[in-house]
Amino acid sequence: MEPAIRMQPGKDRQVLVCRGTGCESQKANIIYSNLEKELDKMGLSGSVEVKFTGCHGFCQQGPTVMVMPAGTFYCNVNPDDAAEIVEMDLVKGQPVERLLFLDPKTKDRVLNFRDMKYFNPQRRIVLRNCGFINPEDIDDYLATGGYDGIKKALGMTQQEVIDEMKRSGLRGRGGGGFPTGMKWEFANRSVADQKYIICNADEGDPGAFMDRAVLEGDPNSVLEGMMVGGYAIGATKAYVYVRAEYPMAYERTLIAIGQARERGFLGKGIFGSNFDFDIKVKLGAGAFVCGEETALMASIEGRRGMPNPRPPFPAIKGLFGKPTNINNVETFANIPVIMTKGGDWFASVGTEKSKGTKVFALAGKINYSGLVEIPMGTPLRQIIEDIGGGIPNKRKFKAAQTGGPSGGCIPFSHFDVPMDYENLTQLGAIMGSGGLIVTDENTCMVDMAKFFLSFTQKESCGKCVPCRLGTKKMLEIVTAVSKGEATLQDIDQLVELAEDVKAGSLCGLGQTAPNPALSTVRYFRDEYEAHILRKECPARVCVRLLKFEVNEENCKKCGACLPACPAEAITWKKKEVARIDKEKCIACRSCILACRYHAID
Amino acid sequence: MKDNLQEIFSRHHGTRDALIPILQDIQAEFGYLPPEAMDAAGKFCRISPVEVYGVATFYAQFKFDPVGRNSIMVCQGTACHVMGGARILEEVMNQLEIKPGQTTKDARFTLETVACIGACALAPAMFVNKETHGRMKPEKIAEILNGAGN
Repeated sequence: MEPAIRMQPGKDRQVLVCRGTGCESQKANIIYSNLEKELDKMGLSGSVEVKFTGCHGFCQQGPTVMVMPAGTFYCNVNPDDAAEIVEMDLVKGQPVERLLFLDPKTKDRVLNFRDMKYFNPQRRIVLRNCGFINPEDIDDYLATGGYDGIKKALGMTQQEVIDEMKRSGLRGRGGGGFPTGMKWEFANRSVADQKYIICNADEGDPGAFMDRAVLEGDPNSVLEGMMVGGYAIGATKAYVYVRAEYPMAYERTLIAIGQARERGFLGKGIFGSNFDFDIKVKLGAGAFVCGEETALMASIEGRRGMPNPRPPFPAIKGLFGKPTNINNVETFANIPVIMTKGGDWFASVGTEKSKGTKVFALAGKINYSGLVEIPMGTPLRQIIEDIGGGIPNKRKFKAAQTGGPSGGCIPFSHFDVPMDYENLTQLGAIMGSGGLIVTDENTCMVDMAKFFLSFTQKESCGKCVPCRLGTKKMLEIVTAVSKGEATLQDIDQLVELAEDVKAGSLCGLGQTAPNPALSTVRYFRDEYEAHILRKECPARVCVRLLKFEVNEENCKKCGACLPACPAEAITWKKKEVARIDKEKCIACRSCILACRYHAID
Repeated sequence: MKDNLQEIFSRHHGTRDALIPILQDIQAEFGYLPPEAMDAAGKFCRISPVEVYGVATFYAQFKFDPVGRNSIMVCQGTACHVMGGARILEEVMNQLEIKPGQTTKDARFTLETVACIGACALAPAMFVNKETHGRMKPEKIAEILNGAGN
């Protein structure tokens, strides 16, 4: 599972500091420089190396610091902790107990990351190097066997590379799940004087961050995957289209490309072959629809990012009118491994029709948010209960939302579903790019549908009518439900309209925008009905249906609501039921969230 | 302004596909897209002003009015939504007395929302200039806003 990590000559230990977006925003950069200073002070600079890495995936307890090769894993590290880590761990050889991961069930401190339930069940192919290598140093990538895949590919014919990809069974990780080998074959068959490869790093699903982590943690693996793709289809020019909201991913990709060019890995006749290949980076400008292939290409061309009807498919007529192949970041990151270990090896991981692994971005009502890479077919329950550590505050799991604004939810009744393309599609959720948002009993599914519809409605580019008007109308209906102003017929109309928008929209945005609404109606119709018939929001989220009155029967007189109220609207005395002054109440729901006994209606 | 624009143009080819990168550079320089800069970019890329305007208005990133000295961004992605991001936004709106997309009268703050920056493990998150504030609570907002530059 661990890659070969490069160590500076003469040194025998490494301190790896995660500097992905999550940890960096919590001062990982200062931790890094403090560690260097402390090591210097203790005279250990000659034997211990401090290295910064991309994301380990355990974002919930960041910033994280790891001592290798021992594997000692420190969580929630503060810049001030650097001195203690150096003095205790690196000088005296004793781990800093209080910074070790605390297993909430056994109450034991876990010394080694290899023994942690979060990492243990994972199988890391895409994230193989993330958290272990310095993403800004190409030699680190080379030490892990980097660029061996493209070297091997260059010794094969284009068709042999495509056949290897087909054997692997790899399917597009951006959401569509189309077989990558077939996609490459189409682009390969197109005859043109110029072809293009594009890496889609416009990770638009709000709640997914695996593509960002790969570019921040191991950009060279994506570049190598693109080279293999370029060789297979006969493209000499390539683009990485990165979301504007990911400045660090953009920077590190640029650095990786610069270093690859310096080594001659990009440019004319790479690796001694007669294959020319170069990569440019384009920064998106904030439009969700640009994750759609044809809209993305319009954006690279300097136009409004609006989709075009297909056919012609990009493999025939794509960027600047030339045959183009677009794959997602995670797809490309798989490819170097497939080339070195072979398609059959890759196909041995996963299920019959879904091969390899999938990276999920676990977030929401879960103890350990972060990145999780598991073999396809791993049951949802294992992801949430074992790896993710379950739901916080002893609340109950309600549903997992996958695929973001294009996806749907998996309710508790399907908690054991093996996660692969087929099963998720059958349940009306989709694999999508891998966002996995966990919800508990305090999440309202009508509100969830409203959230996603307001997102897609806002992001709809307006080119085709079903999407432009349909998303707006669907949002109106769901909003009316959330206010208790809808009728039962409105649910039927919502479903009917949703089917029409799916069938009639021009691109993936509109074709999938109805999914969150359809899926919540399918599994949580009772919640819709409660809003409509009883004017009640069971999860106590939809503000218009809340009374903000204390239910005297349920109230345990604990007073937890008192400090939670920012408006001083609550009065409470020991052993008395709390009261809410409606004149002062600002309907912020703070008391409801603070109450463990569902005592506020 | 002319010199700054010349310097920006010198980094690009005057082709259509350079338009968005040029607009991004202009915004990085001025904080927004001044009309005369958009015109100049159009001339440089040989695109009509109306098309430049059409492209610029399509993308959420581009701003057409001068911005405040501090940028406040409140994440409204899915993870942040589930964890109460709407309450954070509401509280920031109350305290600054502006809506997303607006700038305070003293030009100290511009408020914006973002549909996920991928710091989902820190949800709900907000950003003051480039600094991230994770696991936000409404009561922490006043202090954070006070701590921003004048």
